[in-house]
Amino acid sequence: MMHHLPVLQVVVPLIAAPLALLLRQRRLVYALMLLVSGACLGISLALWSAVQDGSVISYAIGSWPPPWGIEYRIDALNAFVMVLVSATALLTVIFSLHSIEIELPGHMHYLFYTMFALCLSGLLGIAATGDAFNIFVFLEVSSLSTYVLIAMGQQRKALFAAYRYLIMGTIGATLIVIGIGMLYLLTGTLNLHDMATRLDTTQNTRPALMALAFISVGVFLKLALFPLHQWLPNAYAYAPSTVSVFLAATATKVAIYVLLRFYFTLFGQDSFTELPLRPLIILLALSGMFIASIIAIYQQDLKRLFAFSSVAQVGYILLGIGIGNASGLLSAVLHLFNHGIAKGAVFLLLGIVAYAMGSTQLSHLKGLGKTMPWASAGIVIAGLSLIGVPGTNGFISKWYLLLAAMEDGQWWLAFLIVSSSLLAIAYVWRFIEIAYLQAPDTGTHLIRRLPLTLVLPAAVMVLATLYFGIDTRFTVGAATTAVGVMLGAP
Amino acid sequence: MDRRTIENQTDMSATGYYTYFVTFILLVAGLFIVVARGNLIKKLVGLGIFQTSVYLLYIGPAKLIGGTAPILATEWQVYSNPLPHVLILTAIVVGVATLALGLALVVRIREAYDSIEEEDILAADLHADQLAHAQVTATHPQQSNRGSA
Repeated sequence: MMHHLPVLQVVVPLIAAPLALLLRQRRLVYALMLLVSGACLGISLALWSAVQDGSVISYAIGSWPPPWGIEYRIDALNAFVMVLVSATALLTVIFSLHSIEIELPGHMHYLFYTMFALCLSGLLGIAATGDAFNIFVFLEVSSLSTYVLIAMGQQRKALFAAYRYLIMGTIGATLIVIGIGMLYLLTGTLNLHDMATRLDTTQNTRPALMALAFISVGVFLKLALFPLHQWLPNAYAYAPSTVSVFLAATATKVAIYVLLRFYFTLFGQDSFTELPLRPLIILLALSGMFIASIIAIYQQDLKRLFAFSSVAQVGYILLGIGIGNASGLLSAVLHLFNHGIAKGAVFLLLGIVAYAMGSTQLSHLKGLGKTMPWASAGIVIAGLSLIGVPGTNGFISKWYLLLAAMEDGQWWLAFLIVSSSLLAIAYVWRFIEIAYLQAPDTGTHLIRRLPLTLVLPAAVMVLATLYFGIDTRFTVGAATTAVGVMLGAP
Repeated sequence: MDRRTIENQTDMSATGYYTYFVTFILLVAGLFIVVARGNLIKKLVGLGIFQTSVYLLYIGPAKLIGGTAPILATEWQVYSNPLPHVLILTAIVVGVATLALGLALVVRIREAYDSIEEEDILAADLHADQLAHAQVTATHPQQSNRGSA
C-alpha cells in the first residue's frame, strides 16, 4: 500500500469524479469528497515526510520501468506543492457545503463536485508526474474542469470570463506541447529525468533554446505573469466563491512548480543563469508587482481587488526565480506556499462575506468591522501577510527575497521590493478604510447566519497565516530541502 | 522501404523542412485568427487550427515514408516511431474536448447576451456596469467622488 502512494494520490480523486456523477445525492457526494480530499491530504503528508531526507520516490506506472513507461517521481519539491494543494482542497470542500448552496442551483451540486474532483486530480497529477507529456495531459485535465467551474458563476460575466480563460489557457498549453515536442525530437525521451541527462551531452543547442522559449511563454500564460494575466482577474472575480478559493490558492502555484521543474531539473541552474531569460523574468515580475498593485487599488469589487493582488504576488515569486540564487529560489518556493495560504484565507473570508452580506462590492461593505468583526479582522490579517508585515507568513518569504536581492548585489531590487509593498498597503487600506472608518449604513444586517462549515476553514487558514509567520520550521525546512533537491539534481 | 526513401527523409535541405514550414504557417495563421477575429466561433476555429498544427509537428518527424508499424518480421526493415502517433492521439482527444467545451460556452454566452460577437458582449458588460454604478451613486451620494476606474 505504501509503495503505491504516488499514484493513489492522483487516482483517488480521479475515481471520485465519476462516482460523484453516479451518486448524485448532495449529502452523499459531499461526504465522498470530504473523504477523498482528506485521503489526498493524508497521502501527500505521508509522501512529504518520506522524502524529507532528500530522497526520491520513483513509481513506475503499470510496472513499465522508466524511461520507457510513465514515471511518477516524488521529491521534496513536488511533495511540498502537493501538501499545499491537498490541504487547500480539504478546506475548500468543507467550505463548499453552504457556500454553493446559495450560489448554485441544487441540481448542479453533484456536477460541481465532479469537476472539482477532476481539477484536484489534474493539479496533483501535474505535481506527481515525471513525464513531460503527462504534465500536458494533467494540465488540460485541470484546466478544462477549471473552465467549467468558473462558468458556474452566478453572473453572466462568468461565462465570458471562462471562455476567455479557455482561449488563453489552450494557447498556453499548446505552446507547452510545442516545447515538449522539440525536446522529444532532440533527446528521444519524454521522461524528464532521462531528458535532463541526455540534454547535457547535446551539442546542438538551438532546438533546446526554442523549446525553452515555448515552454516559458506557455507556462507564463498559465501562471498569469504580467502581461499575460488578462484572464485571471475576471476568472477569479466571477467564479463561485468556493472556486475562487481553490484557484487562488493552488492553480497558479502548480504552474509555477512546472516552471521550476523545467528550468532547474531539466535545464539546470548553470544554463539558466547564462541565458538572457533572467533579465526578462525580473523585468516582467517587477512590472507585474507595480502595475497590478496599482490597478488593484482602483477596484470596486473586493474579489477583483485581491485577484489583481494575486498577479502582483506572482511577480514576487517570479522575481525570486529570476534572481536565481539559492536564497531567491528559497523565497520563491516559500512564497508559493505562504501566498497560497494567505490568498486562500482572503478568498475564504470573501466567500463568508458574500454569504452573509450578499455582495463583495466595497460600497456594500461600509462598517464591516462592526457588522462582521471576525471576518474583517481575518481579511486584515491576511492583507498584512500580502503586504509582508512581520508576524505574518508573507514577511518570511519577502525577507528571503530581500536577502536574495542583496546577496546578488542588486540593492536597487531590494528597494523596489520594499516600495511595491507600499502599494500593497494602499490596496489593503482601501478595505480597512471602508470597513473600520465608515459607519455601517442604516439597515445593514447579516442576511444569513454563518454555519460552522464556513467559519472553520477560514479560521484555520487565517491562523495558518499567523502560525507560519512565527514558527517557520515546517515551511523553511521543507523549502530548503526542496531547493537542495532542485539544485542538486543533474 | 528502399534506401532512397530513407535518404529523402533525412535530407535536411529546404524540402526536408517541408513539414516544419507547413506546421508553423498553420500555427501562426491559427493564432492570428484567434487574435484578430471578434466572433467567438471563429476564434474557436482559429484555436483548432493552432492546435492541429502541433499534431503535424509531432507526426512529421516520426513518419518514415514506406515505414510500417514496429512489428518484428523478416520482410520489414523500416519502422515509423509509434510513440509520437500515440501522443498525438491523446492530444487530439484533448483538442476535441477543448473545442466541445468552448462551443458549449458559446451556446451559453449566446443565451445570456444574445450575441456571439466579442464587441457586443464587452459593450453589454460595460453598459451593465455603468447602470450599477449610477445606482450606487444615486443611493450613496457621498461615494460619488471615489475613483471610478
